[in-house]
Amino acid sequence: MTLPPAPHPNPLPDANRGFPVCASDAEVGNSRLPSGERENVRDGFTARQYAICLHGVVWREALRFLHQRERFVSALVRPLVWLFIFAAGFRQVLGVSIIPPYETYVLYEVYITPGLMAMIQLFNGMQSSLSMVYDREMGNMRTLLVSPFPRWFLLAAKLLAGVAVSVLQVYAYLVIAWLWDIEPPTPAGYVAVLPALILAGLMFGALGMLLSSLIRQLENFAGVMNFVIFPMFFASSALYPLWRVKESGPWLYWVCLANPFTHAVELIRFAFHQKIAWDSLAVTAGFTSVFLIAAILAYDPAKGMFMRKGG
Amino acid sequence: MTHAPPALRIAHVSHSYGARQALDDVSFCVERGRFAVLLGLNGAGKSTLFALVTRLYATRDGAIEIFGCDVARESSEALRRVGVVFQARTLDLELSVVQNLVYHAALHGVGGTEAKRRAEAALQRAGLAGRAHDKTRNLSGGQMRRVEIARALLHEPRLLLLDEPTVGLDIKARAEILAHVRDLVDREGLAVLWTTHLIDEVKESDAVVILHEGKTLAIGTAAAIIASSGAQNIGEAFERLTGVETANGGVG
Repeated sequence: MTLPPAPHPNPLPDANRGFPVCASDAEVGNSRLPSGERENVRDGFTARQYAICLHGVVWREALRFLHQRERFVSALVRPLVWLFIFAAGFRQVLGVSIIPPYETYVLYEVYITPGLMAMIQLFNGMQSSLSMVYDREMGNMRTLLVSPFPRWFLLAAKLLAGVAVSVLQVYAYLVIAWLWDIEPPTPAGYVAVLPALILAGLMFGALGMLLSSLIRQLENFAGVMNFVIFPMFFASSALYPLWRVKESGPWLYWVCLANPFTHAVELIRFAFHQKIAWDSLAVTAGFTSVFLIAAILAYDPAKGMFMRKGG
Repeated sequence: MTHAPPALRIAHVSHSYGARQALDDVSFCVERGRFAVLLGLNGAGKSTLFALVTRLYATRDGAIEIFGCDVARESSEALRRVGVVFQARTLDLELSVVQNLVYHAALHGVGGTEAKRRAEAALQRAGLAGRAHDKTRNLSGGQMRRVEIARALLHEPRLLLLDEPTVGLDIKARAEILAHVRDLVDREGLAVLWTTHLIDEVKESDAVVILHEGKTLAIGTAAAIIASSGAQNIGEAFERLTGVETANGGVG
């Protein structure tokens, strides 16, 4: 690139002197003034202020979600199609024997409900994370990132806001499932499942953020569907118990077992039945921490700008 | 007498996207209580500078200070002293005006009744007190800008950054927004960095930085820049400095 010759290579030395846009920068860089000379120095934030910020971010997301009826409906349609069409068709084909946490034979609809709950969260987490990464120079992410709170906190708050929305979706789904006689053994199951949903939602959100930061090809949602959501969903215990998978192929069994989605589903399944799947809890918590830390480290707004338009 | 640091200090800032140099050793300051214009064509590096000042990108070469707080090292302290109005609309259209403001207050750790009080006061000041509970979608473009300015001032910063704030507005709304911000400078002593490619937004007494292809070509009051480039007005001065022909008031 050639620059046109600047008519005034060293422009207006006199114009600067004493004028309000000061060009003198002699002391800049090492001009750290004693903090006493800086105005209104308030160092850091109190825990209460962190709570206010988190609450504000989550509250806004929930409010926006409730205003977007179409988004709400479309988020519900997907699992309901699975429940009413897929499960109804497959209940004859797939028998599910008694496996923990179930204490009796269960209908196939009952079996896949935790998997569908996790699927709602997986879709939602991927969707909101993708927009966090690809809209980072746009309005809402920029407004968020210009907040003085630490960036890790802002990103985590935003992830939790996405989790809150996915939890609302899951409960809306559960209301409809309840009309279909799919319910936990006691109503306490609805409460017990909440912590599991929060942890699973956070894991999917963090994973989505990490993947979209690292892999440029995931720029659109179709890519995420094909390369993340479908493989994770099908190679898991969402649709069929793992002992059945083991019968058909040991290698697939190991893939399913290594899949974080399987553990999120099992965590939700057990919690819905007021039990704790300790191994799944440990795996989910572990993956969540790793994804979260990596996602925050990988989040670099300058990278996106450079990759997409180079200017 | 006083050695209080300026509202904004940009020192030897360079930034590149791969091989393309977007900013090349840019240095200038905005004094407290001044209306300063950052004038440049589209692609001059204004948006990049904006992204650096607001910590969207990390500053790799040079330093940026807001009231003496380094944006890279003390970003929290720096960011709480600055209000920002982005070029793109950043309001949530389906939320009410006051909900938008309360959300912003939360992002600065201000909640509850204090947030509501500030939101109401800010709308009062923007002349939009009657619209607090309207859906933002129902506001005009100029009113949305006013809300965004009110929002940027909610946490009581002493420096306001505006990135091409009049883009997309009609002539009347443009004039109103400009007058509103100038009024804030005159009456409340706010420092303002106003980014634009529209030459007719510059007054002779304004502090001006002309940015062209990542370099600062002139820094000073508009009057001084006009005088030293031997031009009749700031538009002509801009043409002489950049070698770019401009047509009817806009430079981009």
